[in-house]
Amino acid sequence: MTDAQASPQTLFDKVWREHLVCPETAETPAVLYIDLHLVHEVTSPQAFAMLRERRLSVRRPDRTLATVDHSVPTSPASWRDGFAGMDDQARRQVRQLTENCGRHGIRLLGVNSSRRGIVHVIGPELGATRPGMTIVCGDSHTTTHGAFGALAFGIGTTEVGHVLATQCLLQRKPKSLGVEISGTLPEGVTAKDVVLALIGRIGVAGGTGHVIEYFGEAVSAMSMEGRMTLCNMAIEAGARAGMVAPDDVTFEYLAGRPMAPKDAAWDVSLDRWRQLPTDEGAVFDASVSLSADSLEPQVTWGTDPGMVMPVTGRVPDPASPSQARALDYMGMAAGEAIEGRPVQVVFVGSCTNSRISDLRQAAQLLAGRRVARGVRMLVVPGSQQVKRQAEAEGLDRVFAEAGAEWHESGCSLCIAMNGDRAAAGQYVVSTSNRNFEGRQGPGARTLLASPLTAAASAVAGAVADPRPFIARQRRIA
Amino acid sequence: MEPVRVIRSRTVVIPSENIDTDQIIPARFLTTTSRSGLGQHLFADKRFDADGKPRPEFPLNRPEAAGCSILVAGRNFGCGSSREHAPWALHDYGFRAVVSTEIADIFRSNALRNGLLPVVVGADIHQWLMDNPGAEVTVDLEARRVGLPDGRFATFEVEAFARYCLLEGIDPLGFLMGRAGDIRSYEERRAWTP
Ligand code: SF4
Repeated sequence: MTDAQASPQTLFDKVWREHLVCPETAETPAVLYIDLHLVHEVTSPQAFAMLRERRLSVRRPDRTLATVDHSVPTSPASWRDGFAGMDDQARRQVRQLTENCGRHGIRLLGVNSSRRGIVHVIGPELGATRPGMTIVCGDSHTTTHGAFGALAFGIGTTEVGHVLATQCLLQRKPKSLGVEISGTLPEGVTAKDVVLALIGRIGVAGGTGHVIEYFGEAVSAMSMEGRMTLCNMAIEAGARAGMVAPDDVTFEYLAGRPMAPKDAAWDVSLDRWRQLPTDEGAVFDASVSLSADSLEPQVTWGTDPGMVMPVTGRVPDPASPSQARALDYMGMAAGEAIEGRPVQVVFVGSCTNSRISDLRQAAQLLAGRRVARGVRMLVVPGSQQVKRQAEAEGLDRVFAEAGAEWHESGCSLCIAMNGDRAAAGQYVVSTSNRNFEGRQGPGARTLLASPLTAAASAVAGAVADPRPFIARQRRIA
Repeated sequence: MEPVRVIRSRTVVIPSENIDTDQIIPARFLTTTSRSGLGQHLFADKRFDADGKPRPEFPLNRPEAAGCSILVAGRNFGCGSSREHAPWALHDYGFRAVVSTEIADIFRSNALRNGLLPVVVGADIHQWLMDNPGAEVTVDLEARRVGLPDGRFATFEVEAFARYCLLEGIDPLGFLMGRAGDIRSYEERRAWTP
C-alpha cells in the first residue's frame, strides 16, 4: 500500500490529487488539470483576444462549453422586439463569443439554443457536471457545481486564457473546512436559509483560503438542487469552493442526462464515484457545525450576505462602522422588525435559486393568491429547460394569475446588466446571492431570502415569514 | 510584462470593510470586450452621484489623492465576483498596491496577474495606515516589506511563483506552456475521466 492509500483523505484531497499534472513545490504552484471549462460572454473576450495575440489555439475544445447568460435580455417584451433595448456593447460581447466559439470549435449554447441558460444551471442539467471533476469558469459562483462532489471554482480572465490554452491552471492547494449541518430542516426552511445562516455565523471572509465540504444529516436529506444552493453561496463565505460527497441522490439526478456516461461507461463511472467520499478518520483543517433543527427562514438586512437575521428578528445594533453604513444605505434602523417592511420588487431567479424546485416552491406559495398591489415580481427561470419544465407543470400560469412576470432564462436582476434592474431606494426581496450596494441597480436595496420567503413577501407586499402561509394552505387542503 | 519591484507613494485610504468587486467596478461596465480604459469607471457609484458629478467626500476625489498609487482599505478587500475588471480598473487608474488586513482569494490572484500587489499586513500597521492617509509608504516586493515613514516596517507574504514572475516580468502562461509535455502525458496516462 502506498501512503496515499494508507492515510485517510477528504473528498477534496482525492479530487485534487487525481488532477495533479505537476505537484506543487516551494517555488512553483501545482499544475492542475481541468476537466470542464465553462465559458460565458462577460469574462471571456479578453482571454480569447490574448490567444489571438499570441497565435494560440484552444487545447481542448471538447472540454469547453460556452453559453450566454449575463447580458441577454429576459423580458418577454425585449424578446418580442428582437432585443431592441440591448446595448451595443452587450451585443458586441455576445457576437464576439459566437465568433470565438466558432473559430475554436467550442460548443456554444447561444441565444437561440433551447438548452441555453445560466452557466451554473445548465452544467448540471446537461450532465456536464459530474462527481470527481475539476470545473472552472470565469465566474465566482462556479462553486455551485461542487454539489456533485466536483472541485469547482471561479477564476479570472487571465486564468480563463490559461485554461483555454493549456487546459491547466497554476494553483496552490487551499485548506479544507468541514461544515456539518446536523438535524432536520423544519418546514418552510430551505437550503438557502441554511447557507445564509452559515455565512451569518462564520462571516463573509470565514472561508477565505478554504474549500468547504458540507456534510451531515440535513445535507444528506437535501435534493441536488438544495445542495447546489448550498455550494453556490460558498463563495459568499469567502471560500474557494464548496463540495458535497456524491451519493445515490447525486447518481439518480445524473442518470440519463444528455452528457452523462451511458451503459458500461456509466457503471465504470459509478464505481469510481463511490470511492470519492471523505474517508473515515480524515481531518479537515478547520470545522464548523450548525443545527438545522431550530433554524428559521433567514433574510439579509445589510449590504453583504453575512449581515443576515431570522425573518422574525429585529435589525441588530451595528457592530462596526461598515455595518452602520450598511444600515444607512438600506434605510433601516437598529431594533426595527424586518418582517412587515414594505418591498417594491420581488425577484425569484439566479444561479442560487432558479431551478425547478425553487420555482415549484414559489408557485405553491403563490397558488390562489395575488402579488400585492404596487409590487413587481419577476420570475426568471435558470435555463430554457427549466422554463419548459415549469410551463409543462403549469407553473407559469400560477405566476401569471398571481400577477408576476414570467421571463426567459438568464441572470437578469441578479446582476442587473441586461436591462432588468430596480430603481434607487427600492427594496427588493431577492433569491439571488449578493446584496452588495448597487448590485440590482444603483441605489437599489437587496434583501436576500429563499424562494418561499420571496413569494410570501410578494403576497404581503412586505417582508414576510413564509411559514404561516404554508400552514394556512395546509389547513385549506 | 513590466517588472514590479518597489512602489513608493503616498496612500489613499478607503476605510470600509468588505469592499466588493461590484463596488470597485459596477456590473454595468462589464460589457466591455477590452481590458483597457476601465479606470474611468473605478468605484463609479462611490465617486460619482446619480448625475455623474464627483462626490467631494469620496477619498479618491480629494485633491491630495491625485497621483497616489497605494490604496489602503478595510478588511476583506475584493470579495465577491471573480471579475478581473476590478484589478484592471484599479491598475488603469494608477494603483500598484492594495493594503488590507485580509484580501479575498480570487481578487488576490487576479491582482497578482496584473501587476497590482495585494499586501496583507497585521492589525497594528494597518490601523496606523488607516489613521494616516497620505503617508509616504514603500512597498518592496523583493524584500516583501512595507515601510512606514517613521522607519517601522512589516513583512508580507506573497506566493513565491507570482512574486518571481512579477520581479522578472515573466508571464506565467509561458511557464504553463512549457509544461506541455507533462500535460500530454497526464492526458495519456489517465484511463478514466469523470
Ligand atoms: S445568476 Fe447572478 S451570480 Fe449567477 S452567474 Fe448570473 S450573475 Fe452570476
